[in-house]
Amino acid sequence: MDFKNKLIRKSALELAKLIATGELSAEEVTSAFLERIEEAEPRLHAFINLFPDFAFEEVSRMEARFQKDGENTPFAGVPVAVKDDLSTKELLTTCGSKMLENFVPVYDATVVKKVKDAGVVLLGKTNMDEFAAGSSTETSYFGPTMNPWDTSRVPGGSSGGSAAAVASYEVPWAIGSDTGGSIRQPASFCGIVGMKPTYGLVSRYGLTAFASSLDQVGPMARNVKDCAAMLGVIAGHDSLDGTSIQVEIPGYSGMLGGNVKGVKVGVVKELAGESIEAGVLDLFNRSLDLLEGLGACVEEVSLPSLKYALSVYSIIASAEASSNLARYDGVRYGFRTDEPVEDVWEMYAKTRAEGFGMEVKRRIMLGTYVLSAGHYDQYYSKAQMIRTLIAEDFSSAWEKCDLLVSPTSPTTAFQLGEKLVDPLKMYMADMCTIPVNLAGIPAISIPCGLSDGLPVGFQIMGPPLGELKVLDVAYAMEGAIGFEEKTAEKVLPS
Amino acid sequence: MRFETTIGLEIHVELSTASKMFCGCSALFGGEPNTHTCPGCLGHPGSLPVTNRQAVAYGIMLALALNCEIAPRSIFHRKNYFYPDMPKNYQISQYDVPLSSGGSLEIDMGDYIRRVGITRVHLEEDTGKSIHVGESGRIHGADFSLEDFNRAGIPLAEIVTEPHLKSPEEARVFLQSLRSIIIYLGISDCKMEEGSLRCDANISISADERIGTKVEVKNMNSFKSLYRALVFEEERQRSLLQEGKTIVQETRHWDESNGVAIPMRTKEEAFDYRYFPEPDLVPLELDPTWVEEIRKKIPELPAAKLERFQSQYSLPQDVAMVLVGEEEMADFFERSADSKASPVEIGKWMVGDISAILNEKGISIKEAPISPQMLGELVLLLEERTISSKMAKEVLLEVFETGKSPRSIVEEKNLLQITDEKELEKIIDEVMAENSKAVDDFRSGKEQALKFLIGNVMKKTRGKANPSLVSDMVRRKLSS
Amino acid sequence: MAISEEEVEHIAKLSAFFLSDEEKKVFAKQLSEVLDCADVISEVDTSNVKPTSYITNLVNVLREDEVKPSLSIEEVMKNAPHVYEGVFKVPRII
Repeated sequence: MDFKNKLIRKSALELAKLIATGELSAEEVTSAFLERIEEAEPRLHAFINLFPDFAFEEVSRMEARFQKDGENTPFAGVPVAVKDDLSTKELLTTCGSKMLENFVPVYDATVVKKVKDAGVVLLGKTNMDEFAAGSSTETSYFGPTMNPWDTSRVPGGSSGGSAAAVASYEVPWAIGSDTGGSIRQPASFCGIVGMKPTYGLVSRYGLTAFASSLDQVGPMARNVKDCAAMLGVIAGHDSLDGTSIQVEIPGYSGMLGGNVKGVKVGVVKELAGESIEAGVLDLFNRSLDLLEGLGACVEEVSLPSLKYALSVYSIIASAEASSNLARYDGVRYGFRTDEPVEDVWEMYAKTRAEGFGMEVKRRIMLGTYVLSAGHYDQYYSKAQMIRTLIAEDFSSAWEKCDLLVSPTSPTTAFQLGEKLVDPLKMYMADMCTIPVNLAGIPAISIPCGLSDGLPVGFQIMGPPLGELKVLDVAYAMEGAIGFEEKTAEKVLPS
Repeated sequence: MRFETTIGLEIHVELSTASKMFCGCSALFGGEPNTHTCPGCLGHPGSLPVTNRQAVAYGIMLALALNCEIAPRSIFHRKNYFYPDMPKNYQISQYDVPLSSGGSLEIDMGDYIRRVGITRVHLEEDTGKSIHVGESGRIHGADFSLEDFNRAGIPLAEIVTEPHLKSPEEARVFLQSLRSIIIYLGISDCKMEEGSLRCDANISISADERIGTKVEVKNMNSFKSLYRALVFEEERQRSLLQEGKTIVQETRHWDESNGVAIPMRTKEEAFDYRYFPEPDLVPLELDPTWVEEIRKKIPELPAAKLERFQSQYSLPQDVAMVLVGEEEMADFFERSADSKASPVEIGKWMVGDISAILNEKGISIKEAPISPQMLGELVLLLEERTISSKMAKEVLLEVFETGKSPRSIVEEKNLLQITDEKELEKIIDEVMAENSKAVDDFRSGKEQALKFLIGNVMKKTRGKANPSLVSDMVRRKLSS
Repeated sequence: MAISEEEVEHIAKLSAFFLSDEEKKVFAKQLSEVLDCADVISEVDTSNVKPTSYITNLVNVLREDEVKPSLSIEEVMKNAPHVYEGVFKVPRII
């Protein structure tokens, strides 16, 4: 393997170490990944916008900073990709929508600021379903992202761009956002690690809201340790986010011991039944054996309310989205119709008709409907009550189990276009991930094998702020599975 | 037919915090368009609200002053509707779980007291401002509009009353009383012309016990226009009822220059606000000790002060009411009444000459060059008969001109009243010698002549003699 | 739970966008299907259950009343689609 191909296959932590010891320069690293991106993008389309000039400027700024006051940041010079729904100052942030095609934010999201402060170098913004409304990255105004394992398939979504970029070695790690599975499901489809933290652990300031009570920013990487390291970078209290939790952030990546002995693991009956594809279920069950082999106590648990999770989610998420997406009106920023208009109301109607895609409109309509007079109690209020029951089911489960597990997605990556025309089928892709967002708990997806040549994800869920436990068990399983070592050469060869 | 008017008010008050309700932008009035804005004020993607502690404290203080119960738990809701001055196309407000509810305010109508129920006091954010560009400068007929978001996000307290007001006059007095309370609390400047105090009204007229139809009237920007708009609407509804016509439930816009309330054209969907709990803001569960701390900070309010001014200083009710009506005046009075001078006289001077001068100069008592000590001194000079009341008026004007103390003005201008009887006697003798005809006239029974003589004594002393003393002495001399 | 095209039109108005006749048909069908599915929640007994609007236990998150710098006017207007004399311009509001 040549220099570039060796370099891009290194983990984020390895790269950080090599840069810190001077064995690699930040420029070399940046150039190598940009070269890989140039090579892979025509087949993948993981990025909406790339900022190579900005990346090199960052590198020199960082080096100047280092030379000036000898300050060295933990991950100086390691490249990253950021989902395009996170605000980046002076860098286009489109949310995968025509509405924001030319939108240049005036501020950095807290997460972006933290990443920059750690010396991590942003290479570009990744593709996503428009405003994060989707599970396949096909609803992006800029066209779909392809799955690096099979480019006729979707990478999952909505953080499909970030997942594909990490899986195809375009970047060692990336940042995504997860409202109903938008980090974990694409991580599963692309064979990488993706984590949705506890609601409130990572600041949402600067994350374009889809469903505010469900959205959470999280890390995506090719291994658990990198994922833990990135979580350590982005987690922490933020006074700009009124839902941010005040809690001490442990050095996650340094605390992984892979100790599974005696850990009580509950298999969620409702998420591991007949609705799961056979190949996926088979790999899931083999992973359970492996867990037991590592010393965990595995038993089945039932969370009966999860039966309603998908319905509850579609009501709550679309209700919040309908309100969050109201601000795109062509007044202060973003797209405005070029058509002649009589008055401001017509301007709104045409701007929003032209600026939003079908899936976004569908969700806005659903959300508006469930909140409107005469339907609120039947749908929105009822859904919120069942959300309570779901959260209570999880609470009781924590009395018996340390962690809960399920497949991440009922299927492997599906064909492009396969489910785009059928919203109901598309929504099913998130059935295993949605309950986690409703309960506000942390969960990770790690690759547990290949089914017909396509990756399968294994989901580990923990109690609120149980990140470390989740990561530790994931770390142990990862070692036992050895997924990346077995597959590294299979993904989108040069 | 027997008519009965029922009015309820909905009042918005901009709270005078330094920063906005949910962000750190300045909450000052005005400024070049959009210079007090941030990503939150502009509804940029990813911006989030964080509640201003002081705004909550002010809301609690107002609610307590209006005798409301503070809710142990309250939440914010989103009120969803599209309007170009709304940066997010939803307004963060409170809905069915507000900060406070169940209060009341008693207003003094002179002949009677009206107790007005306060349904609730809640917190919300203000909207931006649309500037209509076109020949008329109004919304109708404008070519286009401009949007200024400086006001967007300024904290508002909304006060909703029960429909307990029975006349436009009661509505006016209520709003004035409320304004006075808010100014006492120091939580808003309540400038109706700048929009920091705004009032909408619901008015219905029942005829012969039949329940009336509610009409909402908006856009009244002074106490007078609130009164005029309600009188207009009362008349309009009454004549419709008399003609046997029905009243349409609608919202009307008060047009001050033409003196009419015209129906507002509204979009059919405008009323489905789709309220739901604001997920970006966690609930308020107010610590009772904090609420008590705030309660302790509430100053003496106008009603209590009025009572005290009457009992403590024996002020007549009308004088006390004027003084209490403005906190600055009341404070000035109390500090002035600290002197040896009579509080009643001080009060009279304040509502009389001083108010007249202030009005004429268009300044407030705070801005005036007179201090409470100066007024005390002036009244004392008068009470000691050092100066006459006519001279006192002159001295007061001089105080406003120069800012010097009354006593120094009197000394400088040699205005001290001649109270020395020997000195006066000399002058009186001179006058009587010079006017023997008048002396004779008086002695032959012409009472008129006495005034003539006194007038001449006053002239000779250039007004410095004490008129009643002169009168006594002349009379004495003439009858001797 | 069938949603009529008229209802779809009404919701589209509340949501502030135009729909073509074709879109109205598609949305009427799809929204009906989604709501049919969601109707399963009506079978759950939720008497005495409190709604969850907030998934954290946080309360009283308040900031001090301090003025922070606002954006520069260049930043404010940078993304404005239509501008008149340096201010956001919109078609007439009526």
